[in-house]
Amino acid sequence: MSPIFRKLARDLPAMLGLAIVVFVLLIAIFGPLLAPYPEDAAASHLARRLKPPSAAFPFGTDNLGRDIFSRVILGARGALSIALTVVSTAMLIGVPLGLIAGYRGGWLSEGIMRVTDVVLAIPQLILALALAQLMSPSLESAMLALSLTYWPYFTRIVYAETRRLSSSLFVDALRGIGAGSGRIVFLHILPNALSPVIVRATIGLGFTILVAAVLGFLGMGATPPAPDWGLAIAESRTYLPRAWWYATFPGLAILITVMGFNLLGDGLRDIVDPRIRRSR
Amino acid sequence: MIPVLSVRGLKVSIRTDEGRAEILDDIGLTLERGRILGVVGESGCGKSTLIRSIMGILPRAATVDGGEVWFEGENLLAFSEAELNDGVRSSRIGFIPQDPLLALNPVFKVGTQMLEIMRWHAPPDGLRGAARQRAHVGRLVGLLKRMQVPDPETALERYPHQFSGGQRQRLLIAAALACAPGLVIADEPTTALDVTTQHQILLLLRELVAEFGISLLFVTHDFGVVAELCDDLCVIYAGQTVEAGPVQAILDAPSHPYTRALLACHPDRATTFLGIPGSVPSPLARPPGCLFAPRCGDARALCLAARPPQGQARSGAEVRCVQFT
Repeated sequence: MSPIFRKLARDLPAMLGLAIVVFVLLIAIFGPLLAPYPEDAAASHLARRLKPPSAAFPFGTDNLGRDIFSRVILGARGALSIALTVVSTAMLIGVPLGLIAGYRGGWLSEGIMRVTDVVLAIPQLILALALAQLMSPSLESAMLALSLTYWPYFTRIVYAETRRLSSSLFVDALRGIGAGSGRIVFLHILPNALSPVIVRATIGLGFTILVAAVLGFLGMGATPPAPDWGLAIAESRTYLPRAWWYATFPGLAILITVMGFNLLGDGLRDIVDPRIRRSR
Repeated sequence: MIPVLSVRGLKVSIRTDEGRAEILDDIGLTLERGRILGVVGESGCGKSTLIRSIMGILPRAATVDGGEVWFEGENLLAFSEAELNDGVRSSRIGFIPQDPLLALNPVFKVGTQMLEIMRWHAPPDGLRGAARQRAHVGRLVGLLKRMQVPDPETALERYPHQFSGGQRQRLLIAAALACAPGLVIADEPTTALDVTTQHQILLLLRELVAEFGISLLFVTHDFGVVAELCDDLCVIYAGQTVEAGPVQAILDAPSHPYTRALLACHPDRATTFLGIPGSVPSPLARPPGCLFAPRCGDARALCLAARPPQGQARSGAEVRCVQFT
């Protein structure tokens, strides 16, 4: 077993996070097979609307008589695919920019980093809301808005790492043995800068699920009848507090998933950077 | 026969917030084929900048203001970055960096890094793909064996942190020789090592020069190393060559006051610790006369007025001091 995994295995909260992430991942993959009523993604059964949790409907039913348990399970795939798409798009934009800014220096670097600072200065949610508002409300525009507001986090991290590494002796030696800039940056600096990026991406996955749920709640993300967790909470508002189960279970799904990613990300960060100790 | 490397009147300055800093000011040196030239000077006298100018890896803020770097009959300063990468670095000039502990990329196996150098820079051998790679592995294993790295076959599969400092320096020497260059430039390769390891590495380098038919440019601040290793010597002070010639001649009869002072400071020779009073003049504000005059015991009015020209001492060395013109 690699030492990294052994260290992670000793970290109880991180293992809990890993277990949650794997669990959510499995649900996302096998959702349609696990859900007792997979057709409830779209169908409605007005005869059994707003039923409290029971043996037949463990999480109760919603205003259209759909099984909330099934919809929570089916929603995992959407939540994860949003998170993965957003974080990987943000990485695709942010990481190369950080590498270029860190290695090149000069006005190009200044330009990239000032834009980064400006985007970072505005709270991500507000900026994403404004961007999503400009486009028509749909899942795609929500994802695009989130990607366009999340890349600066990667740029910042990669920039700092690249700056540190490009003055390191092995980069100097590489120049001396005749490696071109592209080769140095992508083949040698990037792998060295990757661990903080992975940590940020893990935490970012959880964070993106949360923000995507907020966008869904505000009606700028998923559109009905998609089994989106944020959307479900938005729809449940009218029926609170009587139908408490309607908001509670999708909410718990968000809470647990986000917590899983955060615990895992924290654990990874402790391994990658032992100097930053968690305050507990 | 033309020398392997000949640097003429090289001037390099660096832009700083306080103005232009003249780092190199009229550096000259000649390295004949098959010989070892030691470049000696205090910290901050421009040794690293000299190497970087030759290799073409100066920092962005630095500019070459004049001079020539002739390598096997071609002026390297006229080469573009791509030409240097494709046709000079590694393939014709090997480079041994300063600190073996930091000069390897920590995230890759040693073999991966060395094979990468060969994949890009080794001369064509008529082989392609896997066959070429096998030939490269064969050459590397042979080189590592020659460098006395234990377990050469498995060494390629290990990471840099799994080697000691001395072993890593051997790896880096092997890497510099991997593509069979004619010239090897070593930037204080033994400074970070302990004395015993340093001695072994120097012996090894001495043997390699004869065995591989290379010429070696060896930069150091240690006269002891020069005496042990080098054939020729070039003493630089504040970015100028102050004395250059055969090692034995200079060690027997040092001419320039700076060389004499440096030698007097060396722990092997000094009876008491003297040091050289004062410090290297700031590259931002250089005195008009001889750069060493403010610290020189024999300085005269003439020394402070104008830069002394190059002259020849009785020992046969080229000296930049008014006493010899």
